[in-house]
Amino acid sequence: MATSRSQESPGGSGTGAIELRNVTKRFRTPDGGAYTALRDLDLTVAPGEFCAVVGPTGCGKSTTLTLVAGLERATEGQVLVDDSPVRGIGSGIGFVFQTDAVLPWKTVLANVAAGPLFRGEARKDALAAARDWLRRVGLSGFENHHPHQLSGGMRKRVALAQSLINEPRILLMDEPFSALDVQTRSIMSDELLALWEVTRPSVVFVTHDLEEAIALADKVVVLTAGPATVKDVFTVDLPRPRTVQEIRFEPRFVELYQQIWESLRDEVQVAYARTATLAK
Amino acid sequence: MSISTPEGDVRTDPTTGKPAETAESSGRNGFLDVGARRAVRRRRLLVRAIQLGLFVAIFGGWQLSSSMGWIDSFFFGSPSGIVDQLTTWAQSGTDAGSLWEQIGVTLEEAVLGFVIGVLLGIVCGVALGRVRLLAEVFAPYIKAINAVPRIVLGSVFIVVLGFGLSSKVALAIVLVFFVVFFNAFQGTREVDRNLIANARILGASSAQVTWQVVLPSALTWIIASLHSSFGFALIGAIVGEFLGADKGLGLLVRQAQGNFNIDGVFAAMVIMAVLALVAEAAISRLERRLLAWRPPQLSDMETAA
Ligand SMILES: Nc1ncnc2c1ncn2[C@@H]1O[C@H](COP(=O)(O)OP(=O)(O)O)[C@@H](O)[C@H]1O
Ligand SMILES: [Mg+2]
Repeated sequence: MATSRSQESPGGSGTGAIELRNVTKRFRTPDGGAYTALRDLDLTVAPGEFCAVVGPTGCGKSTTLTLVAGLERATEGQVLVDDSPVRGIGSGIGFVFQTDAVLPWKTVLANVAAGPLFRGEARKDALAAARDWLRRVGLSGFENHHPHQLSGGMRKRVALAQSLINEPRILLMDEPFSALDVQTRSIMSDELLALWEVTRPSVVFVTHDLEEAIALADKVVVLTAGPATVKDVFTVDLPRPRTVQEIRFEPRFVELYQQIWESLRDEVQVAYARTATLAK
Repeated sequence: MSISTPEGDVRTDPTTGKPAETAESSGRNGFLDVGARRAVRRRRLLVRAIQLGLFVAIFGGWQLSSSMGWIDSFFFGSPSGIVDQLTTWAQSGTDAGSLWEQIGVTLEEAVLGFVIGVLLGIVCGVALGRVRLLAEVFAPYIKAINAVPRIVLGSVFIVVLGFGLSSKVALAIVLVFFVVFFNAFQGTREVDRNLIANARILGASSAQVTWQVVLPSALTWIIASLHSSFGFALIGAIVGEFLGADKGLGLLVRQAQGNFNIDGVFAAMVIMAVLALVAEAAISRLERRLLAWRPPQLSDMETAA
């Protein structure tokens, strides 16, 4: 694995601008064919911008994130972070996965300290920073618990702290709250916004929940049914700071919701029709 | 490569197994405390009683049949004969020297073979699991060697390495290696891709991923293989001794067989069973220690009951 990382500053240099230009991603299928997951996708995320991506299931949202993270390579087109092409896993990137990706055999504290320790920071400093982040996500007192002893929401907080401790300038989130119940989800959304305000990384937040997307983001990108390409981009001009629970009732929110849903609905129907014919 | 691990596939995946919320489960435990604990204790007593009854029935029946002359104790032995044989060996030694020395020799061979075989199995299994090219290159060879009845190698080792310790250790290593190797390989392959991706994004190097993500994750599989592999180490040592040795439990079996001393064969078997059980208990302890992070599993609770 050839990954070069700048070791000096954990967040790396740069401002966190993301640009995907005409990106196509094909996967090799087991029978030797090719499956096009993304086609001619263009996406720009400005430094410090909170961008939500919505689209039907299986359209290629996760794939988009793996390209930005450097976990996968684009087949065609360019993926740029801070104006330079992504080659391998970059530094200064945080990734919150849909399913739990915290290490189940490590304690909560060790999980959060993992990033700095991997990067060669002194143990004492790493643990101190981890304690600090656990306090920020409201998990003080759970340092020595193992992930399985926590609720789903608490595990998500561990995952958030684990990513944010590296002070990423880009935070990629793949349906991070989809496994949580509705109440926990809106609490987590508010906490995420509060944490985001502190360091202001650029965020790409993938979700299938349109309300969540509008409540959180500066910009909502609607992808087409696979192969994904950008269908529409909506600017969310709701004022910040926002409270996720309450913003839903603003007239402007409702208006945006209707507009975006109008755009998304067709794609969802196309995707659904496909799976329905496949099932026959 | 297809790998058979009877225990591996019934285990709940530690990373996706959905445990109950802490507060909830502790509350439930509190509620269950009084009645449930008594029921558990009663059940355990019942199991023990049946186990004891079974033991008495089998060995009592055996003893009775041979004392009454229903079966020929020359061919089938008898529990009292086995006990006599064990006492004789313990008090006045065996033809090959003191009994403790025979046990010590066999144990040394088995433990050495076990440790070396386990280490080799883990290293090779993880290496082939991690590096695709290695796996592709070695797959046919490993399948071929695995298809050969490896016990035959015992004869080869005796010829090449002689009657001493090393030929038995070599056989034990070969037997242990494959069991551990296949589990370590499969365990490495089954590591949650997300865990690896997450660690890499957090900044882990390839080596750090291997040590801190892959190994701990594969450990569930590896440890499951240890249970059967000490048994294999013991088989390797004893078969090796049986084929040619001047010391050890396998030699006792061979000598007893030569003298048509069936009780001697059974007595050696009893000793081997005790050794295997002690090792099994030690491995279970190790397992509990190394896998302490795992959520309590249904199967664990059942065996504890
Ligand atoms: N590694 C892969 N190999 C082959 N196909 C893949 C791979 N990853 C994703 N795909 C396919 O690409 C499509 C998009 O997947 P994904 O990005 O996960 O969708 P989403 O996150 O929008 O639900 C899916 O049809 C999926 O089956
Ligand atoms: Mg997805």
